[in-house]
Amino acid sequence: MPRLIKAIEPFRFYTRLHLSELTGLRASNLSQLLSVVKQVPGACIYHHTHRFLQQHQYLSPEPPNDFAYWVSKVLGEDELGEELASIDTIQFSTVRSLRDKIIATIEDYLKNNMSAKLKFAGEGEEFHFIKSVSFVLPTNYIAYDLIEFVDIVKKVTIDSIYFHIFESRLRLERKTNDFSNWVETSIGDKELSDSISRLDPYIHTLEDLRKTIINIVEQKLRD
Amino acid sequence: MANIEEYTPIVGQSIIDDLRLLAEKLKGKVIQHINSTAVGGGVAEILSCMVPLLRELGVDTKWDVIKGGEHFFEVTKKFHNALHGRPEEITQHDFDIFLETSQKNIEALDIYGDIVFVHDPQPIALIKKKTGNKWIWRCHIDVSNPNQRVWKFLENFIINYDSAVFSAPSFSQRLPIRQFLISPSIDPLSDKNKELPQKTIDSVLRKYNIKKDKPIITQISRFDRLKDPIGVIEAYKQVKKYFDCQLILAGGGAADDPEGAQVLKEVMARSEQDKDMHILLLPQDDIVVNALQMASDVIVQKSLKEGFGLTVAEALWKSKPVVASNVGGIPLQIKHKYSGLLCHSIDGASFAIKQFLANPEYAKKLGQNGMEHIRNNFLITRHIREYILLFLSLYHKEDIVYL
Repeated sequence: MPRLIKAIEPFRFYTRLHLSELTGLRASNLSQLLSVVKQVPGACIYHHTHRFLQQHQYLSPEPPNDFAYWVSKVLGEDELGEELASIDTIQFSTVRSLRDKIIATIEDYLKNNMSAKLKFAGEGEEFHFIKSVSFVLPTNYIAYDLIEFVDIVKKVTIDSIYFHIFESRLRLERKTNDFSNWVETSIGDKELSDSISRLDPYIHTLEDLRKTIINIVEQKLRD
Repeated sequence: MANIEEYTPIVGQSIIDDLRLLAEKLKGKVIQHINSTAVGGGVAEILSCMVPLLRELGVDTKWDVIKGGEHFFEVTKKFHNALHGRPEEITQHDFDIFLETSQKNIEALDIYGDIVFVHDPQPIALIKKKTGNKWIWRCHIDVSNPNQRVWKFLENFIINYDSAVFSAPSFSQRLPIRQFLISPSIDPLSDKNKELPQKTIDSVLRKYNIKKDKPIITQISRFDRLKDPIGVIEAYKQVKKYFDCQLILAGGGAADDPEGAQVLKEVMARSEQDKDMHILLLPQDDIVVNALQMASDVIVQKSLKEGFGLTVAEALWKSKPVVASNVGGIPLQIKHKYSGLLCHSIDGASFAIKQFLANPEYAKKLGQNGMEHIRNNFLITRHIREYILLFLSLYHKEDIVYL
């Protein structure tokens, strides 16, 4: 077995807990949805594109996107719903650029489907805009090498996994997820770092994601 | 009363560790909850469980109850119904009664919390005592379509709070203060939700003279028109044509709900001596409620309006198939055809009940999915976490808070 590399800098696990803040803003049709999407804070776009990941963690991955769900299930615009659901969130490094893509997708659809403007949600089925308020705090878990790292990944909350994979990258605008970054810069293992950053976290449930990361790292430790 | 460590096998050690980390951040702050009843109803139930757990986590938490006579609670019940959108005649005299009792409470109640957490409209006027401390108004009611006269009256108080909390997105209003979405929760270790031995369930059934010889459909709710007990009876009668089943309508009263006796009378009249209908006015006995839910084959919550509908979470936690109205906080708990069946009418309810009775495997699967959904989203540990975050949010205005 190769010598275990001690990290240059230890990895401190953080966790991210959130509160949902109501804005009082709502939409009953596609035009209203588009108009509000353009003006709400980024924290709102973030909430509606990531909420599913945490709330339905035991379902097979759903579209991580409230807009897609509402457009399909409530307005019956399945085609647009599919387009919104298949936006490749991992390709966007900022919430701003993700918002732009959502706006462009809806605008394009409305141009070609004028009648879609005439569809209204029934009473009680409006889209309610919510924003995510994140609270980031350090946990007591610190890893000094990959064995400690994988042991901790097995037991931290999924909120912690979520923070280091999703929130740090997109919302805090770091270039990659925190795990990949640490493996590359502190352990010096570019190959392992790339394997983790190649994962598309949006197509896994959070528990799945945890298992996949554990498998990748344990495989590396065995090699 | 369970201590916090006893939740570890249910939610995992790391969730409990997070609560301890968060609780430390509130050191030195006193939280004062205020509501209108110490027993009966969802608010008192949650506070009974939450206050000791918060204390155990090191959050200095107290709970006070306002006083109000018969007239005051009649008025607040009218407010409650009107906020739910039910037609109610509300006179200036009603507002005067409300303000008069509120003034007495303002004079009598000691406000000592760094954070004062006021639940529902009854104690809302206490905000007049606000000084340099933080105040939160927690609305447990479905105010998606409120009577505007009552809402405007209350709004004069609400705008002076620091934050408001609602149970479902559709309840939010345009307000000049921050509003948060926090769902209520159930306590998996309480008498109402813990696992019961079969002999306890059997003895409760014997006590109420219920035989387990045919499927049991149950709605547990206060006898309140908004819970639509008559609608449940109608749905049961439709099902009964095809399935030989029995119905349990069971519930207690709440100290702040003077209307219950009249509704119970109407329900009794509609039961028309059907020996398979069991109308039970229960004393405050959570083991009985638990046993009735456990003994049921299908659980119904056919509310016309619902603040949240914790009975749905209770039933799902017991892996029961649930048929419930698509109102208030219920769609947050039930994803149609995944963790239960949603309905919009008596016909819809009876159709869904029949689907469950005819397909026990389907019913079982949805019940199991429901239990996992409750474990992830509607247990007391999640609720405690969000309340602590809410308290912390009073001192942080930004969208990303580093603690």
